[in-house]
Amino acid sequence: MIAADRPLQRPPHAKLLIIDARGRIRHTSRTLLVGVLRPGDLVIANDAATLPASLQGTHASTGASIEVRLAGRGSLAADDVRDFSAVVFGTGDFRTRTEDRAPPPVLLPGDRLVLGPLTATVTRLLGHPRLVSLRFDGMPDAIWAGLARHGRPIQYAHIPAPLALWDVWTPIAGAPAAFEPPSATFALDWASVATMRARGIAFATITHAAGISSTGDDTLDGRLPFDEPYRIPDATALAIHQARARRGRVVAIGTTVVRALEHAALRDGNVHAGDGLATQRIDAASRLRIVDVLVSGTHEPGTSHYQMLRAFADDATLRRADGMMAMHGYRTHEFGDSVLIENQLSLTANPRCTPGRAIIDSYQRLTCGNSVRSTLCRSCRHAQPRMAKSAIESAPAKKSCAARRRSMTL
Amino acid sequence: MNMASSNGGHASSPFTARGVRVAITGGTSGLGRALVREFKARGADVAFVARGRERVAQVARENVGTHGIVGDVARKEDIHPIALQITGRLSGLDVLINNASSLGPTPLARLGDTECEALELALATNLLGPFRLTKALLGALTASARAGRGAVVLNVSSDAAINAYPRWGAYSASKAALLHLSRIWNEELADEGVRFLSLDPGDMDTPLHALAIPDADTATLKRPEAAARELADAIEAILPRRPILPPVAAIDALHVQRVGR
Repeated sequence: MIAADRPLQRPPHAKLLIIDARGRIRHTSRTLLVGVLRPGDLVIANDAATLPASLQGTHASTGASIEVRLAGRGSLAADDVRDFSAVVFGTGDFRTRTEDRAPPPVLLPGDRLVLGPLTATVTRLLGHPRLVSLRFDGMPDAIWAGLARHGRPIQYAHIPAPLALWDVWTPIAGAPAAFEPPSATFALDWASVATMRARGIAFATITHAAGISSTGDDTLDGRLPFDEPYRIPDATALAIHQARARRGRVVAIGTTVVRALEHAALRDGNVHAGDGLATQRIDAASRLRIVDVLVSGTHEPGTSHYQMLRAFADDATLRRADGMMAMHGYRTHEFGDSVLIENQLSLTANPRCTPGRAIIDSYQRLTCGNSVRSTLCRSCRHAQPRMAKSAIESAPAKKSCAARRRSMTL
Repeated sequence: MNMASSNGGHASSPFTARGVRVAITGGTSGLGRALVREFKARGADVAFVARGRERVAQVARENVGTHGIVGDVARKEDIHPIALQITGRLSGLDVLINNASSLGPTPLARLGDTECEALELALATNLLGPFRLTKALLGALTASARAGRGAVVLNVSSDAAINAYPRWGAYSASKAALLHLSRIWNEELADEGVRFLSLDPGDMDTPLHALAIPDADTATLKRPEAAARELADAIEAILPRRPILPPVAAIDALHVQRVGR
């Protein structure tokens, strides 16, 4: 795919590839995004503002120039800005492709780093010459001020002009938490939020510390995504409950939203409000419990983002989607075009689940002719606690039952 | 004494600013400084912005627990670093007070004698700055509204926004534009739950006033502390009651009024 090389969040000609639950693919304009959603759907976006996480400076003991890219943090607490994990590069900046960047000097615990007005100490090595834990000196106010003054948005070589914070903050950016922009949200603006409301589509947000998307090192890239703290507001957890009760789809704007919501539901299949640390990977083997639809940027095979798409659709469908995107000249990376992909296993995506018929259909499919106590099928498992009260509240897809049957015959 | 009366005033009130996250621009002088004190006394979590590093440090020392931020709202490049520090330090934002103001040319001058650059400075400080900062903080404010905490933007106005006083051209025009901006923001963001206020605190005994009218009889002027108390009351009155309840549904029309006096 073509790299999007200008920092335009909503270019008028942005494209949208729609992959529905049955694997049908169509191509449209991204300005029509809200129009392809359904009344009753719940759209959830990541409202994290992006930190200026790229810090130029020097490695005190050798005097070598370095670039530190903050990459992880233990929590989203305002005072928790002393300790970060970070990827360190040698001399140079974003104009050199990360793959070609010089390595940093040999880093050891206790090494001092001078980063503009900020100073920090390497506290631990994290199993790779470029990956360390560091601790900033000073009080939180001074650290925030130092980041604000000296930091720049993390940037890659495919965009030649330096990025400013306003280039990478989405229209809904709130608390600064992300290390790279939750770029799927670039597709939204306040007019689209108003259109959602007018069409009966609910809107909610989470805050998730979207991590860095690429380090230029294959070994390190293989460890992505790193652990990411997130926060789910009470109102969002409630909105998810309500959407599921009315059989609306949960539409995640961006892979970070999928990761946070699915992590928050790991315990018992329900999204709980509060703070968490997403540690899981989502790939073809993952069972999605919450998210029915993902709106994302376009991703190339091999990346962790692409792996997540495999939780939504089978490889044959994704290959056809890749072909379509190549044919229509889709652009990739942060400022590129978008994909809307419906979970092939999604219960509410099944066209047979229409109001009126849904109750009986879903109940039959839910049981699959077997005891509802079985826990082999994730959708069934999710539905169980509420089953006794009402079958309409949730129902599994045909495919998940089919999958369960297969697993039972094995 | 002022602190005591303000504390006493809100203790019996069903509304309280306790725990409310407030950001105030122009927070080291006049009304802004009084607002920092007032909201801190009411238990709010306060961040304030001003240009001078020393003054910011001094006001932060005077008001332990508040967060001083150095920046100039008239400079485009400063807006996002300011917003980053506000939302980073406060973990979001409930109330933004765009208080920092520029008179334009000083001494005040007829429009015919006003340099274009002086008008530009008044517009940059009084109109573009509040617009940019509000826009940069809109995500945090709407998140607060969705969470049921309420969200308020107060744009400090003036009777000069409405009346045509000779020699106040640059200031007047910028404040008139800010008033209209507030009204349109308020219409557009009503459904998102963000409410905009445009309030005139009255003629106060502040450095800004002394700059405009050096020979004014300060005895006739309002104390900035009194104005700060009134503005804080007005903001508290439209924040949801604590403890936090579901979002306020309806947003009333913009209040354009002179508080007190």
